[in-house]
Amino acid sequence: MSCSLLCRLCIVGGGPAGFYTAQHLLKSHPDIHVDIYERLPIPFGLVRFGVAPDHPEVKNVINTFTQTAQHKHCCFFGNVNIGRDVSVKELQEAYHAVVLSYGAEANRRLGIPGEDLLGVYSAKDFVGWYNGVPCNKDLQPDLSSDTAVILGQGNVALDVARMLLSPLDILKKTDVTQPSLEALAASHVHKVLIVGRRGPLQMACTIKELREMVNLPGTKPDMVTAEFEGIAEALKELPRPRKRLTELLLKAAQGSAGSAQATRQWGFRFLRSPVEIRPSSDVTRTAGIRLAVNRLEGSGENAQAVPTGEVEDLQCGLVINSIGYRSLPIDATVPFDPHKAVIPNTVGRVEQVAGLYCSGWVKRGPTGVIATTMNDSFDTARALLQDIEAGLLKLSTKKLGSKAIVTLLEKRGVNSVSFLEWEKINAEEVKRGGRAGKPREKLLDVEEMIKIAKT
Amino acid sequence: KSNQKVIQKHSLISPTSKGDKILLHFINQSGVKITTSVTEGASLLEVVINKNLDISGFGACEGTLACSTCHLIFDENVYKNLEPIADEELDMLDLAYGLTKTSRLGCQVCVQKWMDGMTVRVPRDVKDLRNVKESAENQ
Repeated sequence: MSCSLLCRLCIVGGGPAGFYTAQHLLKSHPDIHVDIYERLPIPFGLVRFGVAPDHPEVKNVINTFTQTAQHKHCCFFGNVNIGRDVSVKELQEAYHAVVLSYGAEANRRLGIPGEDLLGVYSAKDFVGWYNGVPCNKDLQPDLSSDTAVILGQGNVALDVARMLLSPLDILKKTDVTQPSLEALAASHVHKVLIVGRRGPLQMACTIKELREMVNLPGTKPDMVTAEFEGIAEALKELPRPRKRLTELLLKAAQGSAGSAQATRQWGFRFLRSPVEIRPSSDVTRTAGIRLAVNRLEGSGENAQAVPTGEVEDLQCGLVINSIGYRSLPIDATVPFDPHKAVIPNTVGRVEQVAGLYCSGWVKRGPTGVIATTMNDSFDTARALLQDIEAGLLKLSTKKLGSKAIVTLLEKRGVNSVSFLEWEKINAEEVKRGGRAGKPREKLLDVEEMIKIAKT
Repeated sequence: KSNQKVIQKHSLISPTSKGDKILLHFINQSGVKITTSVTEGASLLEVVINKNLDISGFGACEGTLACSTCHLIFDENVYKNLEPIADEELDMLDLAYGLTKTSRLGCQVCVQKWMDGMTVRVPRDVKDLRNVKESAENQ
């Protein structure tokens, strides 16, 4: 910016997209101030609530986000629900620009009979349960049956499989919540089938996660050899990442992984789409799943699954739907594409609304890892900075920023939580975890979080 | 897993230590050349972080082989003399955006005297494309 007018910006959503967008904006000019609004009292979004407990290294990004939150021109406001406590319009009046980075809080539905039976859960809720998302604490997933079927073969599906089958010795040293740990300790699930619509060459998970399954102590793979016909021959044409992934998969399928005495089994099933979840005879819970058998049209990443007309039944008492998260509209004034479930935008500029931007999953859809979101957030920040340079944000109009919003929150009886107050919650979680040999014991109750924040 | 090192912030390198003998050039994602002088031993990720070099979003997982944001491209004559690559590094490297035949992860390459004067490049965009569709199209 050629003249130093104060620029007040705010971000809706305190997860990776929100923090990386803030980071890039703050770094670029000393007169930019960024406020981050987050619905929960605590920050970090899916880094805390999505990344598996046994992947603590992936959570190291929290350190760089903490530095951003502590930047003198950054202010975090937790426990503020934009769309309910404060409208997006009110944010636009208080700030020169608003960035929507609130992610994907819902999940794609299967749309089949039996989806709402006891024993069927979305991966979003199951992951939320073992990761301590407050609204999932009462999920009480039914782990009493022998076999679980996971629909979808992405990395989230593999995380769920690993959490269901990991030895307790490993899990008890992670930040998995104590109630979930106890439930998993009492689990009867011994076999996990991970089901995909297409074939082995279209599997969406990546090699690190597959390697973890292959090396999981106390388990062995259980695959159907016939499903791998022709795969070995296709290897030499494949790009290196897909080739290495497929080689590892073939090795597992040939039964050279895992120990013969292992009592827990995991396996993939390919070319299967769910058509119905079948109830027990007393109709109270899940007893099985009916799958349509597919064939592939085309090959490679763009191959399509086409039903053959055949079906197959599998017995199971637990079904996890891992076919994707889904964003929701925040506010009637913000455009939303209900089909793609994203905010319509061009490089992060919300279509037809000046001064409104978006980053992360609500912008691109719910795929990719933290670093994908990082680059996406930097792209949005760059577009916003370009617009500032081009004089599109009318910096000469003074904006009140958080002063205006805090006034509204007080009037409406909303108690926001600061970053310093989050650090009190953090310290309490680490203290409780230390007593149990865990990195932290997550608080599960919003009221308790606020109570500790305000002591 | 002796290759996995978490970054040591108060490290082998300080901005003004004596005995810095090895000159390194980094070309960042904007094409800007950054030159720095270091002693041997630290990983290239530690160099970028501790010398505070202007490379955005470098080393998200802090050197624990859980991302590919420290992806660096080497000259052929340097690349072939690096320590062999382990499976765990290859697993993450294979997801890096702009992968080349002379790519490595900076957290796994340690500075040695013979690297004096070498230039490493950051790809134009630092991405970790664990979205198989996209990365397949880029092969």
